Amino acid sequence: MTADLALIWPELILTIGGLVTLLLGTFGGDRQVGLYQLAALVTLAAAAAAVVAMFGTQASVFSNTLEVDAFGGFAKLLIYAASFICILIAPRFFKDAMRAEYPVLILFAALGMGIMASARDLMTLYVGLELNSLAAYVLASFMRSDDRSSEAGLKYFVLGALASGMLLYGISLLYGFSGTTQFAGIAQAMGGGMNNGLLFGLVFVIAGLAFKISAVPFHMWTPDVYEGAPTPVTTFFASAPKVAAMALMTRVVIEAMGPATAAWQQIMIFLALASIILGAVGAIGQKNIKRLLAYSSINNVGFMLVGLAAGTQQGVESVLTYLLVYVVTTIGSFLVVLQLRDTDGNPIESIPALAGFSQRRPGLAAAMAVFLFSLAGIPPLFGFWPKYLVFQAAVDANLLPLAIAGIVASVIGAFYYIAVIKTMYFDDKSEVEFGTGGVVVEDAVITASALWLSVVGYFFIPVLAVVSATAAAVLF
Amino acid sequence: MIQLIAFYLFATIVIASAAMVIFARNPVHSVMWLILAFFNAAGLMLLAGAEFIAMLLVIVYVGAVAVLFLFVVMMLDIDFAELRAGFVRYLPLGALVAIILAAELVFAVGAWSAGGIDLAARAAPVVSDKSNIQQIGELLYTRYIFLFEAAGIVLLVAMIGAIVLTHRQRGGVRGQNISQQVRRRPEDATRLVDPGVGQGMEL
Repeated sequence: MTADLALIWPELILTIGGLVTLLLGTFGGDRQVGLYQLAALVTLAAAAAAVVAMFGTQASVFSNTLEVDAFGGFAKLLIYAASFICILIAPRFFKDAMRAEYPVLILFAALGMGIMASARDLMTLYVGLELNSLAAYVLASFMRSDDRSSEAGLKYFVLGALASGMLLYGISLLYGFSGTTQFAGIAQAMGGGMNNGLLFGLVFVIAGLAFKISAVPFHMWTPDVYEGAPTPVTTFFASAPKVAAMALMTRVVIEAMGPATAAWQQIMIFLALASIILGAVGAIGQKNIKRLLAYSSINNVGFMLVGLAAGTQQGVESVLTYLLVYVVTTIGSFLVVLQLRDTDGNPIESIPALAGFSQRRPGLAAAMAVFLFSLAGIPPLFGFWPKYLVFQAAVDANLLPLAIAGIVASVIGAFYYIAVIKTMYFDDKSEVEFGTGGVVVEDAVITASALWLSVVGYFFIPVLAVVSATAAAVLF
Repeated sequence: MIQLIAFYLFATIVIASAAMVIFARNPVHSVMWLILAFFNAAGLMLLAGAEFIAMLLVIVYVGAVAVLFLFVVMMLDIDFAELRAGFVRYLPLGALVAIILAAELVFAVGAWSAGGIDLAARAAPVVSDKSNIQQIGELLYTRYIFLFEAAGIVLLVAMIGAIVLTHRQRGGVRGQNISQQVRRRPEDATRLVDPGVGQGMEL
């Protein structure tokens, strides 16, 4: 038991840090938000350091409920980094509404996501997922005096509870027909021959997880929640939980359902194509930049699923690379959205108001253009690379039609990204006056991620390849 | 044999009464069907050799629902004379339910003493030389200790969430200020006066 404890340092640090931040908040009141923010940031940095220190360790702890390995480590680093930035950018947005609970909830959500990423038992999977979801429901309606925020929270909660129900139903079927909740045991049972019970369980579990990554047809909540939730929270939803749920989905289908690849491959292909196409078509008519980015995230999840549908180690590697690039791009683009404010400091979210934005804030418009081009996967930018890897994995796994359909649909997707860039660069200036000046931290993050996505990223390809290969190898 | 009969009896009644929970128009009837479902689920547990969980199900769930029902009866203005009026009319139905329950009891005890059913495969095999409570303790606090603690954090997050969403500072309330109370000296609060005879007191 003590030996096991030494292997879950990241989780221990997050739990203790979260509780300490909560206690500080209880005694310090809402005045010293900076202190709680600092405590949460230090906690996340310490947890990430613990993950780095243990990278490559492989062990099953606590009677095989939790797996410490490079795959989980990779996902956790991404999750912690995204959570770090989401805590960093919050105070300026919330102003007086900022309270101690925000960093605490993000910390506990990060803990839950870490548990998701290293689950190797259906019960661990569920506990991690619920820990993350409960915190997310509250975060979505964090500005409870705002109607849209409350609506987002309620919608997310009701649909999330429905998805949890489906997931639990699938879990109970898998348990009933395989006699165990462990991934390895389920794989063994599936290897011994599929039956209808296992098949139904598989379908329901994948459906429940597809809700969390907002893959079509389980995406209905995404645009509304992304639009209604406060922008820092939307940034969080679009980055960290996506990584956690995608890592969890990958681990479940490879580790627990590996022998039944033929059964889930067709589901993945359907989810992937539907997400790519609907994500692209649905975004075209959007007038709100946050809704547009929500559809863009649905679209991108579709591309990740193309890699997963391959079901090979190469496919998993491409998913991991895709996740890293996607998180950087998403955080960057939402940070730009966060800076869109009029002279009174009110947020601007409508796309027509962005007309002629490049003449008002050339730097910010250029960064946004980089992020959008990168999301579209236009070649010179780094967003192209993971798309290439994903399609290559699909082609190598004899899924050429899927790859072709995905590439064709990504052209539709490119249309609306470019439409936004056209509005920013070539339309006449709108009436809206933009306030100037962001916070140094936000500007630094935007600049760094835009630079990384434009050229610098290509220099990281060898490192990225080694790390993602190490992480993906542990699943096979 | 008797285990199989008991299993199918319990399972059928659980499903039927669970369906009736949804279909019953009267919420009080729904509660009654729910209690029946719980009782039969407890019977299933008994068959699987989990006596402790069976008892827990009856005590906690049926107990809680019964208390809830009591509240409903207290809150709603129900005329008991009217309730008793249909006694004779509903006697056959009541007797039927009583007979079913009695038969179930007999079956359950019989099946249980015949040795319970063997499940095809389970993650947590029952070790016969330990009591139920010991086995649950070993699973919950040793084997799945990580999940147990994580579930504790889930509850904590739910609590924080409830506070975030509902707590607000109300203006105009007089909260207790302990340090102010402690700082208060007798000189500030009391005064000694000596009113003359026949004179009033001015405060």
